Amino acid sequence: MKKKRHPIKHRLKDFGLSLCFLSPSLLGVGVFFIVPFAVVVYYSLIDGVASRHFVLLDNFKRLFANSAFRLAARNTLHFSLLAVPLAMALALLLALLLEARIPLKSQFRTFFLSPMMVPVASVVLIWQVLFNANGTVNELLAVFGVRAVDWLQSDYSQIVVLLLFLWKNLGYNMILFMSGLANIPRELLEVADVEGASEWYKFFAIKLRYLSPTVLFVTILSLINSFKIFREVYLLSGAYPYETLYTLQHFMNNTFESLDYQKLSAAAVVMAAVMVVLIALLFKAEDWFGKDVEG
Amino acid sequence: MKKKHYFSRGAIFLLCLVFAVLFLLPTVLTITNSFMSESEIVSNYGMIFSTTTGGYVSRHVNLKFIPDKVTLEQYLSGLIKSPEYLIKFWNSVALVVPIVILQVAIASVAAYSFTRWRSKLRDAIFFFYVILMLMPYQVTLVPNYLVSDWLGILNTRWSIILPGMFAPFSVFLLTKFMRRIPYALIEAAKVDGADEWQIFTRVCLPQCRAALYSIALLVFIDYWNMVEQPLVLLKDADSQPLSVFLSSINSGEIGLAFAMATVYMVPCLLLFLHGEEYLVEGIANSGSVKG
Repeated sequence: MKKKRHPIKHRLKDFGLSLCFLSPSLLGVGVFFIVPFAVVVYYSLIDGVASRHFVLLDNFKRLFANSAFRLAARNTLHFSLLAVPLAMALALLLALLLEARIPLKSQFRTFFLSPMMVPVASVVLIWQVLFNANGTVNELLAVFGVRAVDWLQSDYSQIVVLLLFLWKNLGYNMILFMSGLANIPRELLEVADVEGASEWYKFFAIKLRYLSPTVLFVTILSLINSFKIFREVYLLSGAYPYETLYTLQHFMNNTFESLDYQKLSAAAVVMAAVMVVLIALLFKAEDWFGKDVEG
Repeated sequence: MKKKHYFSRGAIFLLCLVFAVLFLLPTVLTITNSFMSESEIVSNYGMIFSTTTGGYVSRHVNLKFIPDKVTLEQYLSGLIKSPEYLIKFWNSVALVVPIVILQVAIASVAAYSFTRWRSKLRDAIFFFYVILMLMPYQVTLVPNYLVSDWLGILNTRWSIILPGMFAPFSVFLLTKFMRRIPYALIEAAKVDGADEWQIFTRVCLPQCRAALYSIALLVFIDYWNMVEQPLVLLKDADSQPLSVFLSSINSGEIGLAFAMATVYMVPCLLLFLHGEEYLVEGIANSGSVKG
């Protein structure tokens, strides 16, 4: 009743209150992220911090012509296309396995989550012991007569990093899928059982459909984490790793070290733009799939 | 029929067991290797890390779980003989604890705002937070550096703490969690005459306990292991956190690295074991992208 009598006053009051609660965060985000990012965009459009002439797209043209950037972009794309779907499929598999009535279920869950706790430095140490030219993996393979490979300095290097990525992130993704599976209406699965549906049919026609919001969420998280794996790669093989491991993060880090702000800003803007488009598409996809499940 | 069921369950159990061993391997290795003596470490891994301290070096790398002789030598030399590690450990604590507390506090207030008042503008701001959350650190590297420079806080702890406080990650997760609180609860409190602050502190926050714990833990783990930020923002070697320092001693003193990594793992492990149920619940409830 009251709302109808003072609509404007109420809306103002609501606006004021919401701003009160939001302002600490918004202020900080503004100072530490928005304003500086605007400066980055500005930097990407001028020719140098000293002369400050607008050159519009010149920096971007220079960037796309840069062979290191092209290599880095290709590798980043390649790794994400490999890592994200694999992280999804394997995590879903683990979640499905843990649906079975087996002993030690909650212990398994703890074990699968445990890699989250391990300090980056010791992960890197272990990976070196395993995949060094004189490492354990080569020792094991030597039994089968396979010749030693310096894994991180070979075309297999991306696979080594992929294993590290999966090891680190599968547990978290698995928990997300487990909760997604738990939210599927039981009646639906029971009806399918009564009708004599096969496990495969139940999986593809029922479970996967209801999991679609989770699938999208896991996609996004895995994408973030596939970028974060740079930290381990950097510690494993430095600023200039084997060619296939050289990602956009390396490119930006090295450009930062050499103080080429124009090139770096342009790269940051390109990456941000790609991310915005990608996320907008994923949001749209969730809308679309969400309707599908509700309807 | 029943027999077949038992068979498949057994197979699944075995498969899980294999996965569990693979997942636990690095953790267990770190811990057991931390109790080895330096000479044993050198003889086992000398081939890889080419430590030139002399002594016997095995021609083959020797990945071992059980030390020949259990010793606290590494812990003693890391923790007692030189204060370096303790200082670095303290640096980590001094960076991470304020970030976790302040980020969760600021985020919970912001999340309440995103939950209680919805409009096109506020949803757009929320979308913006999501985008920001997804950016790789290297994209925010320059902005971060610039702001620290302007504010004159470069090479101080604040250059890491301040941006960390406002990172949108926990705003995102908390908002998603709060939007699941039944509106009736808030409405009831309002009828009883509670103002917004009372609704927030007495109704909303108690409902979010699991989420707050799990988010705090996730933020803690993330910043406890940070490497890039300190390398860029703290040029002074003495103020680096242990996460950076640990990575730089890898090739020199392997035995020490295992022991210190184990020490470094302890806070994470304690928090994890203490609140695993909360953590799982918190992760599980963040299930979809939009609120």
